[in-house]
Amino acid sequence: MIEISKLNAWFDDHHVLKDVDISVPANGSFGLVGESGSGKSTVLRTITGLVDDWEGNILVNNKELGTSRDKAFYRLVQMVFQDPFGSLHPRHTIDRILTEPVNIHGLGNSDSRVIEALKQVGLDNSFRFRYPHQLSGGQRQRVAIARALILEPKVLLLDEPTSALDVSIQAEVLNLLSRLRRDLGLTYIMVSHDLAVVAHMCDDIAIMNHGRIVERATAGQLAEGSLEHPYSQQLYKAAGGYDRAVVDSFVDWD
Amino acid sequence: MSNEPLLNVKNLKVTFNTPKGEVNAVRGVSFSLGRERLGIVGESGSGKSQTGRAILGLTAANGRITADELKFHDVDLANLTPKQWRKVRGARISMIMQDPKYSLNPVMTIGDQIIEAYREHHKVNAREARHRAIDMLEAVKIRDPERVFNSYPHEVSGGMGQRVMIAMMLIPEPELIIADEPTSALDVTVQLQVMAILDDLVRDRGMALIFISHDLHLVSSFCDRVLVMYQGHVVEELAASALHEAKHPYTKGLLNCLPKMDGDHSDLPILEREASWAEG
Repeated sequence: MIEISKLNAWFDDHHVLKDVDISVPANGSFGLVGESGSGKSTVLRTITGLVDDWEGNILVNNKELGTSRDKAFYRLVQMVFQDPFGSLHPRHTIDRILTEPVNIHGLGNSDSRVIEALKQVGLDNSFRFRYPHQLSGGQRQRVAIARALILEPKVLLLDEPTSALDVSIQAEVLNLLSRLRRDLGLTYIMVSHDLAVVAHMCDDIAIMNHGRIVERATAGQLAEGSLEHPYSQQLYKAAGGYDRAVVDSFVDWD
Repeated sequence: MSNEPLLNVKNLKVTFNTPKGEVNAVRGVSFSLGRERLGIVGESGSGKSQTGRAILGLTAANGRITADELKFHDVDLANLTPKQWRKVRGARISMIMQDPKYSLNPVMTIGDQIIEAYREHHKVNAREARHRAIDMLEAVKIRDPERVFNSYPHEVSGGMGQRVMIAMMLIPEPELIIADEPTSALDVTVQLQVMAILDDLVRDRGMALIFISHDLHLVSSFCDRVLVMYQGHVVEELAASALHEAKHPYTKGLLNCLPKMDGDHSDLPILEREASWAEG
């Protein structure tokens, strides 16, 4: 579904992505893990057209992407952002937030589409005419997912979709995302700093550091902890909680 | 080292008056603290931060604190005048906040801020204070303390900023540190490095620590004892090493709903909340 090869990107003189290769089959789920500044979110932002200065090949559904993205692209690929507080318009009702993409794409039938999208993310109709501030963080993230789904895309790009949520709410949203992928045959690329979240959600995982993929692993390999690159080993150990001796073994990677 | 409690909290309640009526953020929390590390864990709205803030008298103006007892040694924290507070805050109890971006003064150099914290409580001359501040920056493992001393907060990274915060809070040598999510804004490896610094300093100086966090695993790997809070109540108290023996369904639910690296993609157990938990 998605084939990325030799992707390089720059922010001014700063080389932020270095020869990134990613391949995700249809209905697959690919995870990108790394710390801040590793470039993991930039990969998603480049696919979706939010980064101008890039080189390389990005194929989505066998179509090569150029410098701009057309409407057809956004019907195929949608993104869900990290912060549900920042990504919903504070003065638009949920109904308006969900209707807007339907109108932009001239799909019509917005009434039944909004009802359907809310149902898909497990929100009942009483949420439809509320404002974002009247919702909890988890409910807001469900609305953000509904907004992405309303165009019936085949690919969702998920940028830390649960890192602003409490762990009990995170579990609900992760289950929702798993169910949607199964039921709707979606393809995911998920970005997270949390190795366990990615291990749980994805089949194939890439670990990034300073704009480069340093290691690839399957969920099975991650479960066994069989990572080879010292950076990924360090990340794996850090996920195990506080241990004074482990901290002393850490190396700075900047 | 005596094991006599430093801090006694009995039936602490924090209530806020809001336009929508009273909000009971903390509803009867009791614990005592010796020279140990106590973790307070809970989700958003559990009252964990408000508990920490009430101890330091930092509850917002629309809030009201009541307690049967709120004592630090023999100081009654519930009835201090602002002048008396100034002798306690910083000097004897201090607090490390979550985000160094908001808790450091952006228009003052790091060195001047640390010196200010020190001279507020110790009568020393400028040279001596500077010397102490540089030593303290070294103690929090900042490699180039002279450079950082002369830098402004925006010129250092998040992990470095949090080390500066720790330096500033520890330099007056308080007996009790309250750390409210001190590392949640940091990357996981940096987070652990900052915790190691806190760990060493608290241990070497024999301080007591209250570590407030949403992360049950992290807290239990770091503290001696853990209080689990839910809707203003402590629902369970555990020895940190006995986390797997947790009995309360809320604690168990919190542990179970975490994704694990076991290669299992099946649905995560959902935490089913029961109304009775909120009654303590």
